[in-house]
Parts: sequence; structure tokens; C-alpha cells
Amino acid sequence: MNATNEMSISFTALSENEAFARVAVAAFVLPLNPTMEELTEIKTIVSEAVTNAIIHGYQEKYGIIYLQCKIMGDKMELVIEDHGVGIEDVDVVRQPLYTSRPDLERSGMGFTIMESFVDEIEVDSAVKRGTRLRFVKHIRSPLSATRYEV
Amino acid sequence: MRVQVERRHHGSIIVASLAGELDHHAAQAVRTALDQELTGRRRVRLILDLSEVTFMDSSGLGVILGRYKKVQDTDGEMVIAGVSKAIDRLLEMSGLHKIVRMYPNCETAVVALKEVAK
Repeated sequence: MNATNEMSISFTALSENEAFARVAVAAFVLPLNPTMEELTEIKTIVSEAVTNAIIHGYQEKYGIIYLQCKIMGDKMELVIEDHGVGIEDVDVVRQPLYTSRPDLERSGMGFTIMESFVDEIEVDSAVKRGTRLRFVKHIRSPLSATRYEV
Repeated sequence: MRVQVERRHHGSIIVASLAGELDHHAAQAVRTALDQELTGRRRVRLILDLSEVTFMDSSGLGVILGRYKKVQDTDGEMVIAGVSKAIDRLLEMSGLHKIVRMYPNCETAVVALKEVAK
């Protein structure tokens, strides 16, 4: 299905932009009338992916994060990409409780949470090239659902 | 994110109330503020009041798990109060549910920790 609405933003890989990214996506998907729970899930996915790009992709150094969101019917597609160090073994980082940065008190739950909150997830990564995460999430709430402010 | 710390029950119970969004950006400041209260103490009894936390992700789980370990190291106890449905879901996924006691609000948590102190 072709996208009926889409947006893309790019921003510096700084932790203060985590809130900006999740609120921007949450505002963009509002016409789908997500429930509060779906909205929280979407914000959490964005937060996890952007945080991964900052901490792991760019290792807290300068870089740009590319975010694209499309609405296709009742589903949203979200792509978050960095041009950082990449992931050597994607299967390892997807394991629950795995973290490459225990020094930062990372819980190792980021991937598990993202996988739980979406319908589809694709991880495309190459060492020294970067990482691209693609998510698809269906918004299941009826069109008459209450709208929420973000 | 705002962190407010107060002492209850003659100073023996530390109540740390967090308000706002607990993400990676806020995590370091929260960690520093809480660890200041724990350093050099024995048998810390800490209530983490999350009733005013409006958003949390896995960075927040890391902060909570880290403080839990620190409190355990003092031979103390940490409990969590005022968890929203969304945060509860994350706590359950991480397994924190099984190791940390949860209370609906700060007052019930204080009563429970007073009992432990008896």
C-alpha cells in the first residue's frame, strides 16, 4: 500500500533530542486515533531506537539520526537510522538483558521492549556503516476512539 | 525530570519522588541525585515514588535496577510506589516485578517499611 502521509526529520545524536523525536512521531500518528496505550508504545519504540543510535551507534560522539515515519491505512511504518559503528552480531544484541554498555547501567531490555511493542521489526546493520531499524505497527483502535494530547 | 528526596519515620526511610520523563537523557542526573542519598549508609530503606513519572523506557529500568543493587549492598530494602500501567508493563518485562515489592502509593509503602523496621 502506498503511504498516505509521511514525514522525515534528521537531528543531532544528543540525548536532549530523545524527547523531541518521540513527541514528533506521537504527534504525527495522532490522525490514526491511537489509544493512550498505543501512543505510549510508539513513544517508547522511538525512545529506545534513538537512544541506541546515540549510545551504541555514535558512541555518544557527534552524528546525525535520520527518522522517517509513514502512515499507510491503519498502520505506521517507522525507520530510524544512524551512520555509526554498526552492530557486529544482530542476534546477540537482540537477546533479552544483553548490553554492551554495563558501565552505563543499561538494562539490556531495549530490543525486547521494541519487539514487544511492534508488529514487525527489521534490523539492517553493517560494521562501520551504521544501523537501520524499521518497524511496522498497526493501530487497532476504532476511529471513534478518544484523542489524546501529547 | 525532577527528583525530590524527603525522609520519613524519624529519618530512617528515604522517599525519592520522581516527576517527569525518565529516559536516557534524565538517567544520569537521577542516578547522581539518588546515589548521594545512599553513599556511606547501611541498611537503607528507600521508597522510589514513580507516581508522577509520565514516561519511562529501558533507561529508567537501568536506573531502578542499579539503585536496587546499591540498596541491596547496604543490606537494606528498596520498594517502588505509584506505578502506572505503562511502567508496570516494563517492570514486568524486565523481571523487576519478582524482586522488588510494589505499593499503590507512597503512604502504603511507608507503612510497610515501618513494619520491616520493627
